[in-house]
Amino acid sequence: MRQFLAVVAFTLLTIGFFAGYSNFGIPQIEPAPPPKEEKLDLSSMTMDQFIALGERLFNGKGTCTLCHNALGRAPMLGTIADAVPKRLKDPRYTGEAGDIEEYLIESLVEPSVFVVAGFGKKGTNDTESPMPDVSGGSIGLSEAEVAAVVAYLQDSGGAEVTVEIPQDIDEEGDDEEEGEAREAVNDPKKLMAMFTCDACHMINGVGGDVGPNLSKIGANRDRAYLRRAILDPNAEIATGFEADMMPADMGEQIYVKELEVLVDYLAGLK
Amino acid sequence: MKTGTRLAIFGLFVALVTLTLAGFDQFGVFAAESESAVDAAASTGYGPAPKLTPDDYPTIAGVNSRVAVWVFAQLHLWFAAFVLAVPIFVFIIEAIGMRTRDKRYDDMAYEFIKVTITAYSLTAILGGLLIFALILFYPHLITYLSTIFKESMFYYALLFFAESAVLYIYYYGWHWLQGGFKKWVHLTLGLMLNAVGTTLMLLANAWLTFMMSPAGVDAAGVFSGDAWAAIHNFLWNPINIHRFVANIAFGGSIVGAYAAFKFLTATAEKERAHYDWMGYNANFIAICALLPLPFAGYYLAAEIYAYSQQMGITLMGGIFAWLFIIQAVLIGTLFLSANYYLWCGMGRSDGAKRYTKYIKYIAIVLVGAFLVWFTPHTLVLTNEELKSLGGPHHTILGPLGIMPAKNTAVNLMILFTALSFMFYRRANKIATVSWVKAGNAVQVALYSAGIVNIMFLGIYHGYFTNTVYKVAASIPQVLTTLVIMVVSITLDSFIYRGAKEVGPLRWGRIPARAQYALFLLAVSFTWLMGLMGYIRSGIRQHWHVLDIMRDASPDAFTPTLGYAANVVSVAAIIFMAMVIFVFWIAQVGSNKTLPAGYWKE
Repeated sequence: MRQFLAVVAFTLLTIGFFAGYSNFGIPQIEPAPPPKEEKLDLSSMTMDQFIALGERLFNGKGTCTLCHNALGRAPMLGTIADAVPKRLKDPRYTGEAGDIEEYLIESLVEPSVFVVAGFGKKGTNDTESPMPDVSGGSIGLSEAEVAAVVAYLQDSGGAEVTVEIPQDIDEEGDDEEEGEAREAVNDPKKLMAMFTCDACHMINGVGGDVGPNLSKIGANRDRAYLRRAILDPNAEIATGFEADMMPADMGEQIYVKELEVLVDYLAGLK
Repeated sequence: MKTGTRLAIFGLFVALVTLTLAGFDQFGVFAAESESAVDAAASTGYGPAPKLTPDDYPTIAGVNSRVAVWVFAQLHLWFAAFVLAVPIFVFIIEAIGMRTRDKRYDDMAYEFIKVTITAYSLTAILGGLLIFALILFYPHLITYLSTIFKESMFYYALLFFAESAVLYIYYYGWHWLQGGFKKWVHLTLGLMLNAVGTTLMLLANAWLTFMMSPAGVDAAGVFSGDAWAAIHNFLWNPINIHRFVANIAFGGSIVGAYAAFKFLTATAEKERAHYDWMGYNANFIAICALLPLPFAGYYLAAEIYAYSQQMGITLMGGIFAWLFIIQAVLIGTLFLSANYYLWCGMGRSDGAKRYTKYIKYIAIVLVGAFLVWFTPHTLVLTNEELKSLGGPHHTILGPLGIMPAKNTAVNLMILFTALSFMFYRRANKIATVSWVKAGNAVQVALYSAGIVNIMFLGIYHGYFTNTVYKVAASIPQVLTTLVIMVVSITLDSFIYRGAKEVGPLRWGRIPARAQYALFLLAVSFTWLMGLMGYIRSGIRQHWHVLDIMRDASPDAFTPTLGYAANVVSVAAIIFMAMVIFVFWIAQVGSNKTLPAGYWKE
């Protein structure tokens, strides 16, 4: 019996060690919640806001930066203006686009029409792209969202922004969400992920640099300022940053309770 | 659990699947939502994958649906892995016994299969619980899957009759089918048992890999009617290979734990010697399967990446990246405990002293390799730490977090474990061939050149190439390791042909603490399987069937690693408790009580 108990204790200790290490030995990263269809109010959106939306999608829901980054998994997209006209004339191009805008839309939904040399699927001799159709599957960008990404790519790639803001698109998912109240979120980090704040704002080394770094925002700004900055982002623009970059409709998207959770969190970043 | 009860459970299972399929047709739960889906549905007769809402997931008060399914699935998988693996090596051990005419092998094979007989019933019960939980909590998912896999699910259930029949004849007929032609009949039954068991595993693997890499369906999930295409999906074979190898390692480790416990509780020397020998063989089986397992895992990961770059990045570079640090702790534990057991086992021979001086160097390499594998790619740092480090990665140590370093580490771990085993095999022998010195020199040169090559490939690709070429080191490194192992084992067999024995091996002369290495191996393997099961399923994220059928349940979010580890730990404790029951019941059958005066004379 003594041996039996010793073995049981040893087993429990081993399992306890593995569980303890997994809980306390490594950082507990809260994965982002499953993406939700955003309700886009395109009617009042300026082109700058539309481009900013495209950038948010590029860095967030579109998951583009998983591969289009400095690690070299996929081509960088900063030279679209120069590269696209050459690609359209390339004999390997199999699409039907006539200009940059059409090419970009095409490349987002049919990535294999042109594969940049060296970036094709292994064994396909650069005839098949590893990139998925962003309008389907797990990414599932809507037509308006694809247009926003194209606007951002044109803008950041040095091309003229020719894409127009769609006005008459029936956004899929609107029906489902209309009148349907979601539950308030109490975790500030989940809120940051939900509203994709980190696409533009950096906190402790994580996030984009389109907006001000918030790592120590609580040390310099009071709660009233933070509240106003969320609800009316153009009221005061931080030095070195442009107006109209942050969505102006946060007040319609965020619950009062959530706003206070977020303000508390930001005020605590010192 | 009697045969009748087991048959009843499976009869119920077949009935449930049949009813579910009937329900699918009757109520038409899948509404076609796009024109193409309608067209496809019209041409194939199948509907698209349903788009669900949270209301489509029935709940039971006080029960977390996902955790319930998770735990039942994991427990079923552990037992299934055990009962599928043991007959594989029982068959091999029985064949060795037939060839060598050494009855000890036959007795050991019988004892292994005896241990698993109760586990079969538990596997069936847990499989029943799993299918009940799926039907109760995820009815639309199981309906959709059973529409596509109706034939394979039906025949899967029927195959259990064949499995049960062959198993019972194999087990209960062990002492009856002895000698001459009868023994061949018995061995053939063992082969049939393995064939049926492996077929069962392949079918079940098809269903789960379909959820990861769906095939035979269009983008809306409309089934083409080609069942083979759905079964033979992109990740089916990589999972088949990985599970086949892992099951053997896992099964070996569990029977090793059984032998270890019996050794510790044995009172007679002869009994201790028997269970020491049994534990050694179980550990040998576990190590033999453990060595190729990282390669099978690497192949699986590469195929996941090839199927979906996004899923591959989620696996290796996303939130699951930290899971591989936990995995490093477990793999390190597995290798260290397996090696420690071998080193302790060298005490069985008086000739082992010649090799004990090398053990400390092997231990240093194993720990060093473990630390490299343990190094995370991205560190979680404060701003101050980031500034002082000059970025999120250390200049020198940063590349230790990426694949070339991990591959180097695991190849060295495998090679040095093979070296440990070589020393163990040599411990009780004295070579008599004239060219022994030259042979040993070749062995040293072979290992040295191989280690240099593996290190060079790792350092070159880790430090001097850009990201997309960094994984290129893996295949030449693996080939180097395999070549060294094959050549060195072959060479050693020639060197020690006709060798003298130092003395008889003293089975039973091993410290009790070595038995705890076997327990550690079994517990670590169990826990590791649970953890890797979580990641395999978790990389689908919020999809029941990747990109086709979305999970709309409240539990569609990916849990943190700590949460997953807690679920795995609770499940592992339940599994271990059940395994203890299985071991206990295996020996109850041989206990006899003679109650004096109870029965009429």
